[in-house]
Amino acid sequence: MDKLLDIENLWVKFPTRQGVFDAVRGVSFTLGRERLGIVGESGSGKSMTGRAILRLIRPPGIVDADHISLEGVDLLKKSEKEMRAVRGQRISMVMQDPKFSLNPVMTIGNQIIEAYRLHSKTSKSAAYAKSLEMLEAVSIRDPERVMRAYPHEMSGGMGQRIMIAMMLIPNPEILIADEPTSALDVSVQRQVLDIMDKLVKERGMGLIFISHDLNLVADFCDRVLIMYAGRIVEVCRADKLHEAKHPYTQGLLNSLPRLDAPKDRLDVLKRDPVWSEAPSVSGRT
Amino acid sequence: MTDNNGEGRLSLPPWIKTTVLTIGSIAVTMLGLLFITFIIGRVMPIDPVLAIVGERASQSTYDAVYLELGLDKPLVVQFLYYLWDVLHLDFGTSLLNARPVSEDIARVFPATLELATLGIFIGIVLGVPLGVLAAVRKGSWIDQIARVLALVGYSMPIFWLGLMGLLIFYGILGWVGGPGRVGIFYVDVVPSVTGLILVDAAIDGNWNVFKDAFSHIILPASLLGYFSLAYISRMTRSFMLEQLSAEYVTTARVKGMSEWDVVWKHAFKNIRVQLITVIALSYANLLEGSVLTEIIFSWPGIGSYITTALLSADMNAVLGGTVVVGLIFILLNIFSDLLYKVFDPRAR
Repeated sequence: MDKLLDIENLWVKFPTRQGVFDAVRGVSFTLGRERLGIVGESGSGKSMTGRAILRLIRPPGIVDADHISLEGVDLLKKSEKEMRAVRGQRISMVMQDPKFSLNPVMTIGNQIIEAYRLHSKTSKSAAYAKSLEMLEAVSIRDPERVMRAYPHEMSGGMGQRIMIAMMLIPNPEILIADEPTSALDVSVQRQVLDIMDKLVKERGMGLIFISHDLNLVADFCDRVLIMYAGRIVEVCRADKLHEAKHPYTQGLLNSLPRLDAPKDRLDVLKRDPVWSEAPSVSGRT
Repeated sequence: MTDNNGEGRLSLPPWIKTTVLTIGSIAVTMLGLLFITFIIGRVMPIDPVLAIVGERASQSTYDAVYLELGLDKPLVVQFLYYLWDVLHLDFGTSLLNARPVSEDIARVFPATLELATLGIFIGIVLGVPLGVLAAVRKGSWIDQIARVLALVGYSMPIFWLGLMGLLIFYGILGWVGGPGRVGIFYVDVVPSVTGLILVDAAIDGNWNVFKDAFSHIILPASLLGYFSLAYISRMTRSFMLEQLSAEYVTTARVKGMSEWDVVWKHAFKNIRVQLITVIALSYANLLEGSVLTEIIFSWPGIGSYITTALLSADMNAVLGGTVVVGLIFILLNIFSDLLYKVFDPRAR
């Protein structure tokens, strides 16, 4: 498997008055043309990891790593201007809630066209045609009308499909999906995931799927990193997730209700301080 | 309400509905305003008859004027008379100079309008970019400078700044004209078309007058501009900070957009609505007439007009001025409501 992304010893730090807070602590992993899941609870550093790859941690936050290599080129050594050519065009990101991640005062059409034209010098009309095509690819009916519409006129599921269309239109190699279905109704989650999956596969992209939903990740991804307190505590194949060995992963799994093994009381996750001190497991292959 | 009349269930286009509603709301607000000014005029402990005839008039003169003013009629009837007069732009006669108040206002208001417009222009042109910059570079030296500028703007008394300004820029340096709208040589040189001397001079093509009027207006306008700048820049900064932490800004960055475009094409577009409110309120405040500025700079505007009238118990002039100021507030509010709809699709 060829490596798209290779990250070694990634740290994300936030200096505060009480000292430096480490949101991500020495995480290493690689991404090929696969679907890599990152799971963990709130505050485990999974979103920060996603944003750090794009170098989108805002000051005073600091990103530090031995290297974050995109096909052999270290992103940390790039200037801000060079980084802009990476964002969108090579690595893109879909965020949690389309209600907030789309600009409320711009038409959807303009936002998609803008995403496309930032990286390819095409005419407005060509970009418009391409946008229509992309909206159709994410199963939007009546794309002409949607192009003229504003985000508040869309449902959550449509919004997220629009977001996917917008982020995939420059044809990136890697998509980071940060809780892409958490804000959606259960009934449309599957639909959005299927569309994303189809497009990512067709284009041979690498996908980093960040979620707190273990079942979803087990179902949807090839490989899973389990994060706890800024570190990777376990790496396993998604279909083997239920055989996970780390007590944290087991605790997470046991705290979920299961149809095939109903329980009167679900387990409460017991955290062991040793976990957060144990060194990060490498997710490199 | 529009489509219930008669047979043909005529459904009017929505813009007509909106227009009717807007005019309706202006009318209702205006009515309330007029009612309040009317009541103020009646409860003031000033005898309107005595104010006209003087203390030494005979009883018969007093009674004649009393009847002429309609003061024997019930209050409601008097209010209707008042409404009728105001609708005809008749605010009565000024006691001070025995001229119609409406004429006086037509003379003094353009002076304030000219000053306030230039002032708010300066406030916007400098205040908005400063506020945006302070938000983008939060905590940097430029943010600190903006903070100090605004703090001084809030806390420095305008009369002191005005006097110092006159002393330095007029008295010592001689860079600007002194008090008044134009120098004595240029008074009434250009025909009054709009009442705004800068515009009138430009229409007339008399650039000497224009230059002189500009050198007179620039100092008071800069002062007013500075005070609106202080407010506008602070508000712009906090609006921008809120938007810059929004998710769609991250989306724009993820797309690979430059920070300049992220700020101006995305975040700034979302603060326009709030900014309009702030600017409209500042402008309305300036249009009300900044009494101190007008007095220091001998500016014959509506602020000093109302103040003089108030001090000499010239109630017709005070009420007339109040109605005009109120009308400006209402119109500016309506105008900013309309702009909301232009700038925010969610408000349509």
